[in-house]
Amino acid sequence: MHEYSIVQALLERATAEAQGRGASYVVSLRVRLGELSGVDADLLAKAFDTFRERSVCDGATLAIVRSPAVYRCPRCGERIERGAILRCTSCAVPARLVEGDELVLERIEMEVPDV
Amino acid sequence: MCETCGCGDPKLVPVDVHERILEGNDRTARHNRRHFEEDRVFAINLMGSPGSGKTALLEATAGALRTPGRRLGAISGDLATDRDAERLRRAGIPSLSITTGQACHLDAEMIHEALHGAPWKELDYLFIENVGNLVCPAVYDLGQRANVVALSVTEGVDKPLKYPVMFRKADLVVVTKIDLLPHLEDVSVAEIEDALARVMPSPKLIALSARTGEGMGAWTRWLEATADAGRGNDVASASGGPHEVGP
Repeated sequence: MHEYSIVQALLERATAEAQGRGASYVVSLRVRLGELSGVDADLLAKAFDTFRERSVCDGATLAIVRSPAVYRCPRCGERIERGAILRCTSCAVPARLVEGDELVLERIEMEVPDV
Repeated sequence: MCETCGCGDPKLVPVDVHERILEGNDRTARHNRRHFEEDRVFAINLMGSPGSGKTALLEATAGALRTPGRRLGAISGDLATDRDAERLRRAGIPSLSITTGQACHLDAEMIHEALHGAPWKELDYLFIENVGNLVCPAVYDLGQRANVVALSVTEGVDKPLKYPVMFRKADLVVVTKIDLLPHLEDVSVAEIEDALARVMPSPKLIALSARTGEGMGAWTRWLEATADAGRGNDVASASGGPHEVGP
């Protein structure tokens, strides 16, 4: 539902980068989406296909790298099992999310005329 | 273009960016947060499903905080109508309304815009009643100091497991409408708390009824203690441990 606003932010950032480097167009984008980012990868891909038209990203591919949610004990590093109570049983401290909430534009590839 | 060596051909330029996609929103949120901190306004992002009892909670809170003379204000977000803002005004909370149209969430820019020109600096509490939705609002930082998620007992016990993104972001979960528990065989606050513990590393919940007043004391104590802590005042921690039921 809000994937449209995410795509809008992506397109704005990519356009700014392309303009800054005098690129003719964007070839590809790579985005990292954590399991707990609140953004759905399929919806994001669909929204991108729809809204990239007539922008410098028209025809660009969007690669989405997914990160699973990983909770660990901040003290002993033990991984907490999915679905378990988010507390380390040995150390009695709350678990910490070490991976899985990313909503990051990692990389842009652009075609720049050689002048 | 030279046909021998290809000079003059366009180049493929890769750029490592590694930036949050919502950095624009986050920047505005940080700006809002700085303002709230400087002027000692305790801004709360109140989220929850449609019908979770957000507006009723705020109506009841207006009465509860009247005694210590706190100044409350609200921003009410909704897709259409300003009925929520109207209810809050009738309850004595000056409210701005943001009608989002199709947007399923509030963002930092909307808050920034709404507050422009409004006398928000005089407030002790600014309640931002987000759009009723357990998915999208959690993604957008507004500049709030605390996220409070309202969860009605009528929603069942597995909502937290279904919406981990939202509940993980909560500083406090308010379990509402506990006066209805006698009618709900399959629901108990203990089961809700268990579900929360599986998606929130440090689960904190207060169970209450805005209608009967049960549990409202624990809620106002949490509000006052958290507001005081934000102002840098010396205060004993809010009563009890992670789970409170009762006045």
